[in-house]
Amino acid sequence: MSDFDPVEMKRMRWRSRRGLLELDLVLERFLARRFDTLTGDQLLAYRTLLDLPDTDFLEVVNGKVDLDAPELMEIVDMLRAI
Amino acid sequence: MGVPVRRFDAVIVGGGGAGLRAALQLSESGLKTAVLSKVFPTRSHTVAAQGGISASLGNVQEDHWEWHMYDTVKGSDWLGDQDAIEYMCRKAPEAVIELEHFGMPFDRLENGKIYQRPFGGHTQHNGKTPVQRACAAADRTGHAMLHTLYQRNVRANTQFFVEWMALDLIRDADGDVVGVTALEMETGEIYIFHAKAVLFATGGAGRIYSASTNAFINTGDGLGMAVRAGLPLEDMEFWQFHPTGVAGAGVLITEGVRGEGGILLNADGERFMERYAPNLKDLAPRDFVSRSMELEVLEGRGCGPHKDYVLLKLDHLGPDIINQRLPGIREIAIKFAGVDPIKDPIPVIPTCHYMMGGIPTNWRGEVVMPKGGDPESRVNGFYAAGECACASVHGANRLGTNSLLDLVVFGKSAGDHMIDYIRGEMPDWKPLPADAAGPSLARIARLDNQTGGEDVAEVRAAMQRTVQSRAGVFRNAANMALGVEEIAAVAERAKFTQIKDKSKVFNTARTEALELDNLIEIAVATLVAADGRKESRGAHAHDDFPHRDDENWMKHSLFFGEGRRMEYKPVHTRPLTVDYIPPKERTF
Repeated sequence: MSDFDPVEMKRMRWRSRRGLLELDLVLERFLARRFDTLTGDQLLAYRTLLDLPDTDFLEVVNGKVDLDAPELMEIVDMLRAI
Repeated sequence: MGVPVRRFDAVIVGGGGAGLRAALQLSESGLKTAVLSKVFPTRSHTVAAQGGISASLGNVQEDHWEWHMYDTVKGSDWLGDQDAIEYMCRKAPEAVIELEHFGMPFDRLENGKIYQRPFGGHTQHNGKTPVQRACAAADRTGHAMLHTLYQRNVRANTQFFVEWMALDLIRDADGDVVGVTALEMETGEIYIFHAKAVLFATGGAGRIYSASTNAFINTGDGLGMAVRAGLPLEDMEFWQFHPTGVAGAGVLITEGVRGEGGILLNADGERFMERYAPNLKDLAPRDFVSRSMELEVLEGRGCGPHKDYVLLKLDHLGPDIINQRLPGIREIAIKFAGVDPIKDPIPVIPTCHYMMGGIPTNWRGEVVMPKGGDPESRVNGFYAAGECACASVHGANRLGTNSLLDLVVFGKSAGDHMIDYIRGEMPDWKPLPADAAGPSLARIARLDNQTGGEDVAEVRAAMQRTVQSRAGVFRNAANMALGVEEIAAVAERAKFTQIKDKSKVFNTARTEALELDNLIEIAVATLVAADGRKESRGAHAHDDFPHRDDENWMKHSLFFGEGRRMEYKPVHTRPLTVDYIPPKERTF
């Protein structure tokens, strides 16, 4: 757990609603299983991923594309495994 | 305590393709325009449209908009309005070229023109030979359209209210629309948006089904608001399905799996398609396979704890074929069904994809309803476009690639007619009625004070199971009559939903409860409209009335929330400039 702003965490929960069903399903599981135990750095990484366009985000989650950003790959790996 | 009021010339609810196209028209004309969206506009469900946008550009093969019109009328099974269909198909080339000029990155031919690919149902010479009519931006056409239109809107100074949820339509004593109430998610505060004209572009409502390809945001908010404001919904019995979505998830498994030898099994392990279609078996036409699957479930031979799906078996194909010829299927099955198809069958069910019905409009995007003997009297100040609207161009079934076209053509048309209305008829804002926010405040207060009520997710699941089992692809009189009773009982439960989190800021539980209020209106409309239509047409296949009945049923249905009653109105048989296309047997 982190001392991340609780309002920001609620905002991130809502922003996990996407335009593509496949992302909704993956992020819904992630929110239920992992989100509440993330560290501050992990939450920051997840917030950065949420800014990706849906089509790019899905390719990352599906493992078709890797991001040239090592600090994000820990969360990406969690999303791929979930 | 007063509810704060914001005033705009035009307010648009929904930031997908239709809303953005309309907003662009209004903002560029100099009108003060607001777009309200639950999510960031480029994350609207338009992003999921991959196939393309059809237009008779004739860049690859000879093509004419009249041929496109014929295909669309035939696809609609003669329920589409031929004036609206003509308008859409005639405007299509101009709409696509306009998007190109806006900077949308279409795939191109070597000569620089837009490339066009083939797509099912699109033909030359009125059904004779397939034609390449679909313009696409790789497999990201919807995504590219959204980004292009969003950027143009930013340039045109459209004011975006992102993460705002519209709650209710405001109509005055004359029945005219003068605004909406909306919830700012970041604060939980309610505002009134006072407008000279309001456009709904809120998208589809596929989430009324338990099996749906629609994103979670597709809760038909505009339709719910329309019903609560006393407006009808048109042709709500017509929903488009795909036969094999992953049960419990909705992600599609391509039909190529059955082409490669995958077979469908019921709970007894029986290859049931041999019984329904002894020759074609699992490769029977899509509608037929869907209905057979659902009949197995309805007759108690479904699998799983709720006996609500069948199994798609692939393991006999062997890992090599699965990995080589069906790439991605194994990953989808593992990720969304939790099974490895090399070893175990995939749970599948016919899955809802698109809503043909919606808020009744004409080709100008004006919302219309029966009044004083006129079946299509204009509702002053109210417009709708895109999947939430029923113009009606898709009629009883939608042709692929016509949905993106619908968004831009009718988004623009609605925008143009809103400009005319605002400039020509509305020099000033009509006053807001007293207590304009009353119904919305009452709904929020009810939610906050509810005790002893039910969980939102439970009621939503009950609604989805009812709609799936009673108004899915297999329909008969007895089953739909049961469905009407069952959904009425679920609607009662929805009046007493309860949320644990009463906080104001980004309260997703509250948002979901408000979305359920909208979904439930649409679920009721779907069941009542389906139960009412005693024929088979397009996506509505009625087992007791297996044929199209043009004499008695070539008419649009209108569902009214009050009394849950149905009315009907004629199909428009007069195109704008060309001859009527008379009904024919629909063979392919």
